[in-house]
Amino acid sequence: MLSDWGIVESDGDTLYLGKGSFEYDLITPLFSDYAHKLRTVHIPEGKTPRLGADGDVIEFPVGTIISKTFYYPAGAGENEVLKLSASLTASEGKLNISELHLIETRLLVRRDDGWDALPYVWNEQQTRAELKRAGDIKKLTLVEGDAKSEFAYLVPDANQCSGCHATNNTTREIVPIGPKIRHLQDSSLFNVSAPEPVFRNVDWTDQSAGLNDRARAYLDINCSHCHSRVGPADTSGLHLEPTTVLGPNLGICKTPIAAGTGTGNRKYGIIPGQPENSIFTFRMASTNPAIMMPELGRSLSHEEGVALIEDWISSLEGQCNTG
Amino acid sequence: MRNNLLIGIAALALTACGANEDAKQAQAEEILAPTTAEFAASLQERFLDAKPGDVIEIPAGTYAFERSLSLKVDGVTIRGAGQDKTILSFKDQLAGAEGLLVTANDFTIENLAIVDSIGDALKVNEGKNIKISGIRTEWTGGPKTENGAYGIYPVQCENVLVENSIAIGASDAGIYVGQSKNIVVRNNRAEYNVAGIEVENSVGADVFGNIATNNTGGILVFNMPNLPQEGHSTRVFDNQVYENNTKNFGHAGTPVASVPAGSGVVINSNDKVEIFDNDIRDNKTANVIISSVYSTGYDGMSKAESFDPFPEGIFIYGNKFSGGGESPDGLELGGLKMIMFGKDGAFPDILWDGFADPEKMVDGEITLEHRICVQNGDIQILNADGPNGFKNPAILDGEKITCELPKLGETKVAL
Repeated sequence: MLSDWGIVESDGDTLYLGKGSFEYDLITPLFSDYAHKLRTVHIPEGKTPRLGADGDVIEFPVGTIISKTFYYPAGAGENEVLKLSASLTASEGKLNISELHLIETRLLVRRDDGWDALPYVWNEQQTRAELKRAGDIKKLTLVEGDAKSEFAYLVPDANQCSGCHATNNTTREIVPIGPKIRHLQDSSLFNVSAPEPVFRNVDWTDQSAGLNDRARAYLDINCSHCHSRVGPADTSGLHLEPTTVLGPNLGICKTPIAAGTGTGNRKYGIIPGQPENSIFTFRMASTNPAIMMPELGRSLSHEEGVALIEDWISSLEGQCNTG
Repeated sequence: MRNNLLIGIAALALTACGANEDAKQAQAEEILAPTTAEFAASLQERFLDAKPGDVIEIPAGTYAFERSLSLKVDGVTIRGAGQDKTILSFKDQLAGAEGLLVTANDFTIENLAIVDSIGDALKVNEGKNIKISGIRTEWTGGPKTENGAYGIYPVQCENVLVENSIAIGASDAGIYVGQSKNIVVRNNRAEYNVAGIEVENSVGADVFGNIATNNTGGILVFNMPNLPQEGHSTRVFDNQVYENNTKNFGHAGTPVASVPAGSGVVINSNDKVEIFDNDIRDNKTANVIISSVYSTGYDGMSKAESFDPFPEGIFIYGNKFSGGGESPDGLELGGLKMIMFGKDGAFPDILWDGFADPEKMVDGEITLEHRICVQNGDIQILNADGPNGFKNPAILDGEKITCELPKLGETKVAL
């Protein structure tokens, strides 16, 4: 049971952060079917994280527990949840959940031999969460004004956890993805300081930031855990880390390798200036499991994210042979 | 010591000693039918809890899954009761990009079927020592564009054996070995896929004893740009490659969507490929096609500068050719055939798009090691003259194409 860990606990009205846990946020988060996320870290007393050699990864001591609780503002009907872009955050270690619908809490536990990933699913009463190593499917309805969309919210099984968190497909070690200098809103919470110049992604919704930076931040957090030079999607030759230069490995005029249905009858990942003819936007907008990207972690399309990538592709210059 | 683990709820069926096979199967289906969701969860938990050396047996029966299965533990064997007896059905799949995803080494899967997955049927991503034996992957509604892309799909693997398996209905390739090393694909049957068997960006492959028929293209040896590894050294021999005339139902934009219906063996931008002792017949475009990525409609794409787009060091000998080439797919090829060979004529057995690397020419001739060499009776090559917009196609035969290349060694996979 989740409460055995003492990381987050619920009495049905309030979700409490356990002793020694603190909340943190990401500048640009992963899209997960419009779910809100409460992220916490518990670091064993007397120990401190260290900054990795790359100045980005944070190395946590054995005994660290990272949690992420997925929830929605509850709708009026059964299994209805609200699409709400305003963020809900805990204050003073508490989150009022009386009008929320808790779905699941995922733990990453740093043991002697590496990280362990554990998915817990909340009960109807919102009072306890049980381990579901084989995952689960929750049938929910997302409500936005008068619009309602039914969707199958997927709680990952333990292998699917590593589908994203084993970011190196050779070592297949499970690692945290969010708590890195480039993603953290406030890295000082972790008592690590990165040497200057520090690279940080921008907030993908920040209209004052450059379009290119916003799009790259979005692609980084949503795609690069697989689409990197060492990740499970290195088979595709498409690398969406912040360091990839504008060219074929970023998808520009790049033909698909094994996309199957995912091509949408389009020839290239990105055709500059033509989002409507680019595979990127086709796969991002799709909810068909054989087509959609990311292939795990969503059943809905992120309309605002798709719009951002469309704007970005529109802004790119150049052309591919589309004969 | 190897543990022999049985799925709990199925064990009952197997303890029915003395019952004949049909009765056992009926009993298994009867017991399992009402508990499909439990079975799906229990099988995934078994995969999660597996230890190296485990054999996970799945008895006869048809089992439905709403989500992908996945395995990431090294040294596991998954074994069914037969490729027509143990059937994992993904007809009602809601989530996951493949039927079964394996990211592990020393993996064996045998004697079961994976049908109607929404994406790929069986994907093995980055594993060493992978044995796939007696598997059937099938989309049961026949060849359709909305079928999943790949049937049997090891990628970035080392030491791969695919044998005695059947792949039907994939909208890309039935059996696809990508970016891998040391591969044997033998004694399989690939039917009604866009590509029957495809070896792509792989190094060291022996493809033999297979039947490829009723696909769009029978056996493909391809290289695609922008990938970590370029392929070479594939031997295609002792196969039956016939009547691969199914209309291309691949998705536009995929590499195989450019394969004309009626292609027997196709080599695209790959090097050191031997085609010998095959029985290749009645493929309506051509029994063998040798081409460059330049003529597959992608000449304007971005490519890393190091990519070699030219098919080089191709050796074709001792094959039995008959029929084929009489009704090429597509207006351009169809027109070319009419002009050169007339209504009742046919392309020669080998169609070459004519692209060759100018840097490997000496006095207007391609250097020997980069040539297409043929020692196959009186068969001819049609050079389609792609570099000049197909203006001056020409028949090559006799001593123009007769040469010998050093033969490639055998690829051995001991699994």
